[in-house]
Amino acid sequence: MTYPLIDARGRSCPEPVILTQKALAQYPEGIEVLVDNTTSRDNIIRFGKNKGYQVKVEPEGSDFRMILVR
Amino acid sequence: MLERLSNKKGIIAAGVAVGLSAVILTMFGNPANMGFCVACFLRDTVGGLGFHRAEVVQYIRPEIMGIVLGAFFMAKGKKEYYARGGSAPFTRFLLGMVVIIGALMFLGCPLRMILRLAGGDLNALVGLFGFIAGIFIGILFLKNGFSLKRTHRMAEIEGYLFPALNVGLLILLVASPAFIFFSAKPPGAAHAPVILSLIAGLVVGMLAQRTRLCMVGVIRDVILFRDWYLLTGYVAIFITVLIGNILLNKFNLGFSGQPIAHTDGLWNFLGMALAGWGSVLLGGCPLRQLIMAGEGNIDSVITVMGMATGAALAHNFGLASSANGPTLNGQIAVIIGFVVLLIVGYFNREKSTEVQLKGGVKVDLPIN
Repeated sequence: MTYPLIDARGRSCPEPVILTQKALAQYPEGIEVLVDNTTSRDNIIRFGKNKGYQVKVEPEGSDFRMILVR
Repeated sequence: MLERLSNKKGIIAAGVAVGLSAVILTMFGNPANMGFCVACFLRDTVGGLGFHRAEVVQYIRPEIMGIVLGAFFMAKGKKEYYARGGSAPFTRFLLGMVVIIGALMFLGCPLRMILRLAGGDLNALVGLFGFIAGIFIGILFLKNGFSLKRTHRMAEIEGYLFPALNVGLLILLVASPAFIFFSAKPPGAAHAPVILSLIAGLVVGMLAQRTRLCMVGVIRDVILFRDWYLLTGYVAIFITVLIGNILLNKFNLGFSGQPIAHTDGLWNFLGMALAGWGSVLLGGCPLRQLIMAGEGNIDSVITVMGMATGAALAHNFGLASSANGPTLNGQIAVIIGFVVLLIVGYFNREKSTEVQLKGGVKVDLPIN
């Protein structure tokens, strides 16, 4: 873990995206977000790219670690 | 092709397919502007099972079962199926009731709202404005930390029960034993052949599962994140059905004389505002709840149960509108619904969320 980590597992959409948005406002250099479903994963990928972030996805078991960096 | 459904071309193709399915179903017997309507079809289905005795709206609608099973098979095939639940179950049940009472005030779920609009029914435009207003209010709560808390993993079998129940409903429909109620008059008696309805439902269920099609998600994502992905899908549905209606000579622009609709603007607006706000708190419109219920999401199963209960009550208590307009009971119920949403919205706000920093330090990130 290199960036501040938000555990958004188990939260229903759009909560993980809202948490991502709020966390990026606080830590604009980059964050990591844990999600447990593909809908949240895809929404965060689209959100991050729209905001000009590079989004990396690392599957962890049945979860996904999303790394958003400028 | 299914791999590509989450991109723009994919969602447009899905929108066209959903629109075509709706047009075909009305061509082959479904009520006008009602190729699909999750609220109406749940209402008909619980009527078919005898949970309400409004004789004109009783029929087990195979579109519902098709949508659930289509989503189930697609989620299974894509390894996106897993059983989870436990996020404020009874709150979700009540919210499901509230959403359906709002939808039956307007006479249609958000998907039927688009189909009505594509048929030229301008009352649906009033409904759409109400729906957007309701979503705005819901978003205010989301931005202030509204959350129904986390879901948890459940035993695999838990997720299979609801799809299995839908297979059971299909068997009841085909076998039609004496204890099942089928309307002799429309709109309940107006339906496409079972096999066609089922196939159309399966197609929509599979595509909606892949693309996350959701009427409340569309507007929410545009307002919150300026994300236009889902909107392209709904524009595709609208245009496809609009063209279909024009070709079939079924397009009729105006407010009065619209099929299965009323012209009371205030209550069309308020009904859909209630449905929109409630759907935001639930994280998805009625169609999306059916899809997630098929994906193993037990919270959505509970929501669908709430919607079904709300639909039955709406007819037992005379809450649902008719072509003659809303009822006093329905107006009272919608107002109670707003009070319920206010209470649920207010008492489920989180002040902060935990962020883990480098070195394992944990800090609170304020979220309102």
